Amino acid sequence: MLGRTYAVSLVGMNGHIVEVEADIGQTLPAFVLLGLPDASLNEAKDRIRAAARNAGVPLSRRKITVNLIPASLPKRGSSFDLAIVMAALAAAGDVRGCGTTVFIAELGLDGQLRPVRGMLPAVMAAVDAGYRSIVVAAENEAEAALVPSAEVRSFHTLRSVAAGFGADVEGEDPAEAAPRDPVAVPTAQPGLLKDLSDIAGQVEARFALEIAAAGAHHLLMVGPPGAGKTMLAERLPGILPDLEDDHAMEVTAIHSLSGERHCAELVRKPPFESPHHTATPASIIGGGSGIPRPGAASRAHRGILFLDEAPEYERRVLEALREPLESGRLVLHRASGTASYPARFQLVLALNPCPCGLANGKGIDCLCTAQQRRRYFNRLSGPLLDRVDLQVVVQRVSLADYADGAPSEASSVVAARVAEARAAQRARLGRWSYATNSEVQGRILRGELALPRRVTAPLDRALDRALVSARGWDRVLRVAWTICDLSGRGSPDADDVVTALGFRLQERAA
Amino acid sequence: MVAKDQLGRRGEATAAQYLERAGLRIVDRNWRCPVGEIDLVAVDGSTLVIVEVKTRSSDDFGQPLESITASKLERLYVLASQWARAHNQRFSGFRIDAVGVLDDGSGDPRIEHVRAVI
Repeated sequence: MLGRTYAVSLVGMNGHIVEVEADIGQTLPAFVLLGLPDASLNEAKDRIRAAARNAGVPLSRRKITVNLIPASLPKRGSSFDLAIVMAALAAAGDVRGCGTTVFIAELGLDGQLRPVRGMLPAVMAAVDAGYRSIVVAAENEAEAALVPSAEVRSFHTLRSVAAGFGADVEGEDPAEAAPRDPVAVPTAQPGLLKDLSDIAGQVEARFALEIAAAGAHHLLMVGPPGAGKTMLAERLPGILPDLEDDHAMEVTAIHSLSGERHCAELVRKPPFESPHHTATPASIIGGGSGIPRPGAASRAHRGILFLDEAPEYERRVLEALREPLESGRLVLHRASGTASYPARFQLVLALNPCPCGLANGKGIDCLCTAQQRRRYFNRLSGPLLDRVDLQVVVQRVSLADYADGAPSEASSVVAARVAEARAAQRARLGRWSYATNSEVQGRILRGELALPRRVTAPLDRALDRALVSARGWDRVLRVAWTICDLSGRGSPDADDVVTALGFRLQERAA
Repeated sequence: MVAKDQLGRRGEATAAQYLERAGLRIVDRNWRCPVGEIDLVAVDGSTLVIVEVKTRSSDDFGQPLESITASKLERLYVLASQWARAHNQRFSGFRIDAVGVLDDGSGDPRIEHVRAVI
């Protein structure tokens, strides 16, 4: 007799439906697992027999052959446990009607169902492939149910799953009584509890932050230690608009895959990732053995990737970020397969004005030589800096600002202005299917959205004197459009262009 | 005789009864040679049947048949030809069967008979 169920194999973010066939042969007891299982999946053989016996639904005392189709697709991990055991039980005729159901759960030896990583992308793949009926562990239910039109059923134990599919079980379920970890309730990210009103003074930097949020521009902050660069960056997610449905789904899927938490609801707040400057390229762009896992750049998708002390990062890390900055994706090739992860993040860089950090103002305390300073900045390559629209100097806060105690604007006030500016951008850029000024192509800026000569005159002069590159010219205009959107006017004027130019030239002043 | 050997003997007797009722003719028991021991030798029509009997008093430590390993099967394969040569008999073929006996002493043992395990 043959039993059949379905499971999902995740390769990166892409899920593939895997058909699980089980056959019971009339020979000595054995368990054979075919179809390219990796070491962790091969362990399922031993886990499954014990779990089934302890759950009170023992497997057949004959040779069980389980085949995972397609055999060519590499399969790994423990999420196939439940599908395999249900196929084996179906082959023995113990359960019925599971032939079109997708089972995604790991089994404990006592027969408890355990939650698995990457539930959201797995369920999305199953529903896309036309399999709506999905069985998961109770801890995973909320996450699986995020997918519209998925019919999710959740259970605590293998015994209750078997009973749900018509198995004959009686008596008390020992696994049901076992202590369980409480379902983790996701808490708000610490970055979101921080408010802009905590920051005294820093008018210019706050304005730059507001522009960055409104136009989704990449941001570079230069300032001495203690000036508040990190404080400012941490408050950026708080003034960004909440994620829309499809973006929230992408972000939640990545977080589900990286296994930081079991997502009970969609991630609505833009994520904030701040890897330490000793981070390796693999931890930032993704890596690991077998199929590479997402790195910080992908976890920051639709959110902020904050690199504090940017020149301290390995050169390879910084250069690796250029590709996702252009394409919004990271494609990682390994011998065992290719994984592609979205990585459309907003980059925020912070650095000191010099290695010792004291070269602000007149810089009389600074001990660095000119050569040291030059070397420090050269670690950030031209091509990378060229992609950063906004460059701002963050000065030490003055006594007047710090002691006078007048409250600064709160995040909610700024967020409202940002939301209006975003709405204005969508209305103007919708016909090219852009959402923010930072995405607009240069030929549109110079074509359909071209500004009169008298408005761009200060910028043209800067281009003439080689103070900005041709690419820089486009970037200044993008920022000028955002400044104008924030002020609620229809089209930028010369003042907006000058302000935008100010955020561009500071790399030279610093 | 130790308890586990007693259990083994009782299991082999139970298995022999079961096989005879199933139409096999038992021709030898506990035949030994330097390679090892055959629990039961039976004849099914013109086929020589080498039978390995496994007896357990409970399934707390697994099913009786689960304990038959690949190396045991290999040895039985060699023993089959040894037995045929020693008795100078010819058969149209031979096979190896396994019988699992679960005998908890209640007088109602559970018997599993698996034909042609290799």
